[in-house]
Amino acid sequence: MTDKVDAPLNILEMRGITKTFPGVKALQDVTIEVGRGQVHAICGENGAGKSTLMKVLSGVYPFGTYEGDIVFENKIVEFKDIRDSEAEGIVIIHQELALSPYLSIAENIFLNNEQRGGLGLIDWNKTNAEAAKLLARVGLRENPTTKIMDIGVGKQQLVEIAKALSKRVKLLILDEPTAALNDEDSDHLLNLILHLKEQGITAIIISHKLNEIKKVADSVTVIRDGKTIETISKNDVTEERIIKDMVGRDLENRYPDHTPHIGDEILRVEDWTAHHPQDVSRVVVDNVNINVRRGEIVGIAGLMGAGRTEFAMSLFGRSYGSKISGRVFKNGVEIKTRTVSEAIANGLAYATEDRKTYGLNLIDDIKRNISMAALKKLEKLGLVNDGQEWTVANEYRKSMNIKSPTVLAKTGKLSGGNQQKVVLSKWIYSDPDVLILDEPTRGIDVGAKYEIYSIINRLAAEGKGVIVISSELPELLGICDRIYALSEGRITGELPIEEASPEALLKLMTMEKAR
Amino acid sequence: MSNLETKPADGVAAGSQVNPVENRFTNRFSHILADLGKNGIFIALILVVVLFSVLTNGILLRPQNISNLIVQNGYILVLAIGMVMVIIAGHIDLSVGSVAAFVGAVSGVFAVQWGLPWWLSIILSLLVGALVGVWQGFWIAFVGIPAFIVTLAGMLIFRGLALVVLGNANIGSFPTEYRALGNGFISNVFGELDLDPLTLGVAVIAVIALFVQQFRTRKGRASYGQAVEPIVWFIAKLVLITVAIGLFAYALATYKGIPITLIVLAVLVLVYGIVMNRSVFGRHIYAIGGNLHAAELSGIKTRNVTFWLFVNMGFLAALAGLIFTARLNLAGPKAGDGFELEAISAAFIGGAAVQGGVGTIGGAIIGGLIIGVLNNGMSIMGIGIEWQQAVKGLVLLFAVAFDVYNKRRSGGR
Repeated sequence: MTDKVDAPLNILEMRGITKTFPGVKALQDVTIEVGRGQVHAICGENGAGKSTLMKVLSGVYPFGTYEGDIVFENKIVEFKDIRDSEAEGIVIIHQELALSPYLSIAENIFLNNEQRGGLGLIDWNKTNAEAAKLLARVGLRENPTTKIMDIGVGKQQLVEIAKALSKRVKLLILDEPTAALNDEDSDHLLNLILHLKEQGITAIIISHKLNEIKKVADSVTVIRDGKTIETISKNDVTEERIIKDMVGRDLENRYPDHTPHIGDEILRVEDWTAHHPQDVSRVVVDNVNINVRRGEIVGIAGLMGAGRTEFAMSLFGRSYGSKISGRVFKNGVEIKTRTVSEAIANGLAYATEDRKTYGLNLIDDIKRNISMAALKKLEKLGLVNDGQEWTVANEYRKSMNIKSPTVLAKTGKLSGGNQQKVVLSKWIYSDPDVLILDEPTRGIDVGAKYEIYSIINRLAAEGKGVIVISSELPELLGICDRIYALSEGRITGELPIEEASPEALLKLMTMEKAR
Repeated sequence: MSNLETKPADGVAAGSQVNPVENRFTNRFSHILADLGKNGIFIALILVVVLFSVLTNGILLRPQNISNLIVQNGYILVLAIGMVMVIIAGHIDLSVGSVAAFVGAVSGVFAVQWGLPWWLSIILSLLVGALVGVWQGFWIAFVGIPAFIVTLAGMLIFRGLALVVLGNANIGSFPTEYRALGNGFISNVFGELDLDPLTLGVAVIAVIALFVQQFRTRKGRASYGQAVEPIVWFIAKLVLITVAIGLFAYALATYKGIPITLIVLAVLVLVYGIVMNRSVFGRHIYAIGGNLHAAELSGIKTRNVTFWLFVNMGFLAALAGLIFTARLNLAGPKAGDGFELEAISAAFIGGAAVQGGVGTIGGAIIGGLIIGVLNNGMSIMGIGIEWQQAVKGLVLLFAVAFDVYNKRRSGGR
């Protein structure tokens, strides 16, 4: 470590990083080198391991929980937590901003790093003056005493960067920084990154958006399935090459055989539009038109923030959004889905993306979770028939292969795959005609994924319409009969499975609005 | 007999198990441990009773005192039933004491000042309570104001209205039938005897019903292949409960018979027990408390459930107010003071979870009885109200701490 005297070329090297979670190898021998004063982009599909890698780097996963070395500023570092990495000058800005909405800009910038005066009390003049200097550096013209909730997301992002600067950042990590920004704010942010680069601050930017990578990055590392595929320098970056690196994997044997028997149209959604629940001016779902036929598995592909979940939830009993408009037809007849119970009564079912927060009562048992959406079927004079409920739950336990000795086990203790089977059982028991499955295999191991796909096939074979929302393209290509691509809330294309390829889909998914 | 015939087959199947003897032993042992956790509250009640019988030199268990225990604490138990339901749904109700006072005052106007028949006064008063619940339920369920705020406001509003109705005076001397709600007894149907046969008869029927219900549940569970506790432990528990009921009934029979309050309570426990265990409404309450989002996305009309929950709470608060007023034969401005805290304590001591989703009617009743025994025992001992408060506070804290510890331990395994 003493053999180099002058400042090394690379500010950061991560060598042979392997990170294992129970049953899953999230990262496998990942190596990445980041040049001093450069902007380095990391690309990869959702779930490829980008965020895990950054969590290893920033100490969220502390030293000892991973294999491999992190070399920062030419020495091996062993971070125990985020504070350790911040002390070295590594600051990560997450996609979900970590600002307190009710505190001022200045208070947020110096949170847990308060500017103190005499007696250890906070020196407010100094706090606000220092904050103003930092705001000037990031080009944000706002009063430091303005509350965070009174400024937009774009400006909040800048406050995060100002906060990072206050910590004397050397390496700034931005996780999908423009995902929630409009074009103008995105441009400003990207320019700021280039500006900071001139001041010698190195940046790692995680992004899907190829045009912005081309704009700011000096080199790009592509990660797929927890492995580094290659690092491409600025001059060699092409869209085709990155897409090929991102998706190139074999699809064989991961998906059960599926012979579609497609019938008449069962569901049609016309001109579906929804606005953001708080920011009513923001259109989140923009004039979506889709249809599903009997026995058909239809995919909706879209990157994070494209409006996939928002579309599904606004459709399912207006569970998301404001100013929702559009029409829904089932078997050609218009239906209303204004409340969840109305949607269920009209034969819709929606299995949420986030099982634990929105799908299951984790402190209750399998039996009661399965019956939750269709208690009416078990009811007589307001009382639930316990015996029948037990029988029903047990049938699902067997037919869906829920691995639990009894239906009285709490769902909170089940594995992700088994939890998902309980959620699916619940919706299948509610006897829907159309099921919308949002990320049905997220966080589930490979074997259980196969089982979930088989269940989806079975539902289609029974003549139901199935809509699968997924951020994993191979999954959609493996199980769907037809795929819609969603970008910025709009359907940007529709491909029958014969014409669908990862490249074609990614192109549609990253298609941006005409400026 | 058929049991014996199937044994060999079982033996073959069990042959693959490691060590059946050890298995059975550890099984039983773990059952006892799990049961201690589940029945901890019940054991706590027994301990408290034993402790205070010793400390009061047996006065606690004198027939008259046992009868008093029920009658004096009837209103807390009534409130605890409604409160535990509200808490399971993830809400809270701070207004029940004030609502009880308000309804007590209103019933005084009906029964004493206007001279309405006793039964009409009671019905109208309960209706007023339900209307109070409609008011609070509206703000909580449909406007979306947290129950803590709405019922804190309600605590002030209805205390104020109670004073307005009373006009700074007490209303007293209620009709006899009305007063029976608080201190009436059913006895001497078969003439004046030392030991009231009706009371004993009811106790025998209750025990038989309990046995039938317990055995049926056990058999049902077994037929579903669910785990049941070892038969020895099961019988021991039943015997223990039978002895307790027997002693309790004996005490009542040697005193004045069955208190009307007890009958009201028994009906409430039965009805609400079924509501919480077996009705769709009860299921929805648990689902909302367990995961509001999941409940909503499963099509449960969460707002309606919340609304009716508070209407129900208003109704039960009114009933508690009537029982209390009837017992004192007086509707006064101080009535219902601190009821809400005792009812909330009862629910939490009885195992309800602050985050919602967990709790039982039975637990809340036992929690209420623990508070009742504490109140009663300490009063007999001549401990001042100030120390009584402090002790009750500590009991609440330790009960919940024990529960949290228990859950953490079982969760960690």
